[in-house]
Amino acid sequence: MTAWVSFRVNGRPVDIEVEPMRRLADVLREDLGLTGTKVGCNAGDCGACTVRIDDQQACACLVPVAQVAGSDVRTVEGMGAAATRGAGEAPPREFADLSGLQQAFLETGAAQCGICTPGMLMAAEELVEGPDAPTEAQIADAIGGVLCRCTGYRKIVEAVGQAAAATRGGPVGAAGPAGGPGAATAPLGARLPAVGARLAKVDGIERVAGTATYGADQPPAAFLALRAVRSPHARARFRIGDLEPLRRRFPGLAMVLTAADIPGQNRYGIYATGKDQPALADGEVRHRGEAVLALVGDAATIDGIADTDVPIEWEPLSPLADMQAATAADAPVLHAHAPGNVLISGRVARGDVDAGLEAASAIAEIEVETTFVEHAYIEPEAGSARRVGDRIELFVSTQTPYMDRDEVALILGLRPDQVRIIPSAVGGGFGGKLDLSVHPLVATAAWLLDRPVRAVWTRPESMAASPKRHPSTIRARAGADADGRLTAFQFHGDFDTGAYASWGPTVANRVPVHAMGPYEVPAILATTRAIHTNNPPAGAFRGFGVPQAAIAHEAIMDDLAAQLGLDALEFRLRNALRAGSTTATGQVLEASAGLAACLEALRTHWIARRLAASAWNEQAVAGGLRSRRGVGIGAMWYGIGNTSMMNPSTIELGVDRDGAVTLYSGAVDIGQGASTVLVQIAADALGVAPETVALVSGDTDRTADAGKSSASRQTFVSGNAARLAGEDLRAQVLQLAEAGDGATITLGDGRATVTEPGGRPVVIDLAELPPVAATDASARPVLLGRGFFDPTTTPLDADGQGRPYATYAFGAQIAEVEVDLDLGTTRVLGMVAAHDVGRAVNPTQVEGQIHGGIAQGLGLALMEAYVPGRTENLHDYLVPTVGDMPPITCLLIEDPEPAGPFGAKGVGEPALVPTAPAILGAIHAATGARITTVPASPDRVRGAIREFEAAGSRAASRPGAGATSGAATPGADATPRAGADPDRADLSA
Amino acid sequence: MGSYLRPATLAEAIEALARAADDGRPGVIVAGATDHYPARVGRVTDDDVIDVTGIAGLRAIEPADGGWRIPALATWTDVATADLPPLFDGLRRAARTIGGRQIQNRATVVGNLVNASPAADGTPNLLALDAEVVLASVRGERRVPVAAFVTGNRTTVRAADEIVTGLFIPALDSSVRSTFLKLGSRAYLVISIAMVAAVVAVDATRRVTHARVAVGACSPVARRLWDLEAALVGQPAAPGVGATVRPEHLAGLSPIDDVRGTGTYRLEGAEALVRRALEELAA
Repeated sequence: MTAWVSFRVNGRPVDIEVEPMRRLADVLREDLGLTGTKVGCNAGDCGACTVRIDDQQACACLVPVAQVAGSDVRTVEGMGAAATRGAGEAPPREFADLSGLQQAFLETGAAQCGICTPGMLMAAEELVEGPDAPTEAQIADAIGGVLCRCTGYRKIVEAVGQAAAATRGGPVGAAGPAGGPGAATAPLGARLPAVGARLAKVDGIERVAGTATYGADQPPAAFLALRAVRSPHARARFRIGDLEPLRRRFPGLAMVLTAADIPGQNRYGIYATGKDQPALADGEVRHRGEAVLALVGDAATIDGIADTDVPIEWEPLSPLADMQAATAADAPVLHAHAPGNVLISGRVARGDVDAGLEAASAIAEIEVETTFVEHAYIEPEAGSARRVGDRIELFVSTQTPYMDRDEVALILGLRPDQVRIIPSAVGGGFGGKLDLSVHPLVATAAWLLDRPVRAVWTRPESMAASPKRHPSTIRARAGADADGRLTAFQFHGDFDTGAYASWGPTVANRVPVHAMGPYEVPAILATTRAIHTNNPPAGAFRGFGVPQAAIAHEAIMDDLAAQLGLDALEFRLRNALRAGSTTATGQVLEASAGLAACLEALRTHWIARRLAASAWNEQAVAGGLRSRRGVGIGAMWYGIGNTSMMNPSTIELGVDRDGAVTLYSGAVDIGQGASTVLVQIAADALGVAPETVALVSGDTDRTADAGKSSASRQTFVSGNAARLAGEDLRAQVLQLAEAGDGATITLGDGRATVTEPGGRPVVIDLAELPPVAATDASARPVLLGRGFFDPTTTPLDADGQGRPYATYAFGAQIAEVEVDLDLGTTRVLGMVAAHDVGRAVNPTQVEGQIHGGIAQGLGLALMEAYVPGRTENLHDYLVPTVGDMPPITCLLIEDPEPAGPFGAKGVGEPALVPTAPAILGAIHAATGARITTVPASPDRVRGAIREFEAAGSRAASRPGAGATSGAATPGADATPRAGADPDRADLSA
Repeated sequence: MGSYLRPATLAEAIEALARAADDGRPGVIVAGATDHYPARVGRVTDDDVIDVTGIAGLRAIEPADGGWRIPALATWTDVATADLPPLFDGLRRAARTIGGRQIQNRATVVGNLVNASPAADGTPNLLALDAEVVLASVRGERRVPVAAFVTGNRTTVRAADEIVTGLFIPALDSSVRSTFLKLGSRAYLVISIAMVAAVVAVDATRRVTHARVAVGACSPVARRLWDLEAALVGQPAAPGVGATVRPEHLAGLSPIDDVRGTGTYRLEGAEALVRRALEELAA
């Protein structure tokens, strides 16, 4: 039944006939076309759909449209100059059209992927308008109901505070969209470099205005809807029954897609040799949530078909629930190519580990367990496909358009050039959108039906079906001599790669290289296995297994330092990899190994915070307070780009006959800021202002292949390609003018003007130049610069020796925590992060990556645990909220990488790696309990404290005995010893 | 496809409920809808909805009959912003821990109770407030103590033709104080691992005259700790009062192991929270 409902949206009257219980969010997005309001969960858990109803913020996904009858609804589209524009006019395109709050978001870098931004703006707006300047706590309360997975919230809080101050005449941020020294379009010859400037995101206005088109933002009326029916079983055989009755009952059903309908190869996967995952299961499912068929039809029909309406006969089989079950002698083999369910093993061996341990004065051991972690990007997987003659075009949320193109071609049995991938705006990726999601299903349906088809996954579906961070079981042991130098490191990690390979091989190969941490160790044996189970596939997630390994190696460093009576920071510094060091794979680091500089930058913070925590603890003991503070440290290194594999990027930079400059970048900006960084680099390489560079991004018909947005590679690899493209174009312009390299170039009005220092301008009439061919057939450049870069690596031999990466990022963080001893709750009070990024191309974005990495590291450390079938929503699966994020001090270390563009490396993944080790070290410092199973949830922390206190009271009864802190890991007798840790709190009170 | 009705009067609502019950298709009552939609993500829906948000006179929290009335449409934000005595401090604190502001602005106190989640933050508070649930139907009105209203995980004594029109909370003397403590794994948007609501009144010598302590998320239905309450009466309300709490006072709880925590931990946490709540009220 429908009814007429009248209300106002952004001041304009709306009168529509609608299903009264239709969610307001759907009415706004689908019926009124106001897609600035985003839907992340449809359950009130994420707040992305926050709008204001009669000024009060509300989740539009939880409001029956009938309830807003007579009300004023305000959405992001009503902000800024939009409020004064009439109906049907264009959305804001200029900085000046934005509201003060939107401008503040843009200037501070508060929007990364932008999917939460409209909700954040709506949640914060009331405070900005309010009578009093808000406190930070009030800002947090106001936006506490909106989740952000990118920013770590700090810059959002800053933006709200800045906007609130500005409306009260207080100090405002830098004027203009660029917000930094690179902002002004300076006169000829005085242009400031773009690299190093705090340039606002080049794609930022559309994100804060809510006009960026994400995967689910196309108008649904133009498409058939597709919904997958998924397995409720972790392992089962199944048979699809007679579908005729279903078709008769639901005439709007255009197609029921099954494995038999896949035109090409019903197998996909990251590695050419490891394509093991079916687009639709063929008779057997290997994990809960695996797609078995897809329903295609008009949206109302598809929404009306329950899974139970579809005739599927299930024969559940006993699943391999974990790695132990999968490696049991009698375990069924899930894939013939993986005997014993071991997909792949990794190994790095160097020197004599036994001798090294023999020679050690102190030996530390640890066992670490980690669980599935969900990417929890606020934008669930979504996209569409349409057939255009003998080609198929996909509009989809992805991190890797070129890999998608090749995979879809295989599934449809087409040539890659018959497939076009147009990336949508991406509402968060973090590795999770490197695998196919909706692609094979919408592509196949659109291909076969010759009608446009779209699919939007629900949150539970996204969580059940998408890849996860690998659970791991790690054992590690290391020794150090009396001088505090590491002598040997031994490591084995098993990683649950789930039902299909996904990026499991990458994890198995990357982890052994990094297993010992950023330290020079003469003897190493590091081995890994990726093991198949009937869990969801584990794939790529910010760090590819390195964050799990870091929990082990950093606990070991703490322990060895404590045993030797050395300070934990100084011990790390003594062993730090430096320029000239030889890594575990035998690679000599030639330059840009800035860990020592990071640790030195942290030193004063380390000393001051530890003193403050000790003083606080003394007061707490005296006052009978059952809380303790502690400070911990974590260090990391991370190879930039693919491991020992081809890793190329090609970027084009064109000038058309009008003098307009366009960067053709195949590198997808998933919120991390790749587009902005590439524009900055290309602009400086060419010698023009970045504001003059337009961008074409990601479309496989219009850009060359710049690889995937993963492995922290876009700044380094695509950045180099952008630099080379800029230099190529600059050389062409200078050659036309017969000018030397010191000349300045200005482009515009159909001319290139080249001026040598002290010389007269040489004008080139661009309209007289013939067009040149570019990847984008629709473009008509008259000059085209092309840059190609593939970092120099070598394959690893059987002992893992070789040059797996061209360069490495380094970093270290310290965490200060407060632990409630009775409740086991941990609050992170502050973080200090020092990262060697080579060169900070855009400091605001580097800080944004660090903040966001810390947020995800904090989640990994304290709260995130995905349990298949149990935590498939964002209220049982917890990610940090604004209230969980402490102030963060960023210390940017720039030890330039000679092979990097302007010296830059990467920071996307590195920022996450040291966070959990630092937090776990801080919990240990505060309580004496070493948590070795993450997340360190309150019950685990409390349990560890309980055991530690019991062990302490037993030990106290033995004269001279120090308390041991291995209580949380029975058998791990070499976890840090209490007596040697000067910062450990007295728990006797 | 189900039906939808948004009555303007209570009489209209209860008549619709009665008809639906007679037809064997009980009406689904919707107010803030914040529990309604999340339970239906990705599901085919066929509810006959009776949306009660159009009924006048069910919003304002007001003094009534020697106590206070929280009508069916009062939201958590209404509780947080209403001018209420210290008796309601615990409930007000709960009001700001239920979801984000977006939820608090729409979700109702009554809906939180009727949804009957074992982890409902409102319920232990309403138990500690000795609240009565007012139900109406074409058969008339009845009042049920909160302790008798919720019968289990997601079950209540509400009949298919009944609607909860509000809650009645009896006043206590002016010495009364109350609090609410919640244990969760993150700062906002968190479902309680355990929670405690406490109401304590004292006499002129600051000895406890009334103590009501309820624990949530540690049993299918939140429970009062009657033995503890009895032990507290007559004790001085002074620092150290938390020591009155003994493990056997929590013996009636039956916490489960789940993704939020183990049963052992829940019990331990609940005991710590009870002590802290009492210390806070005695300070």
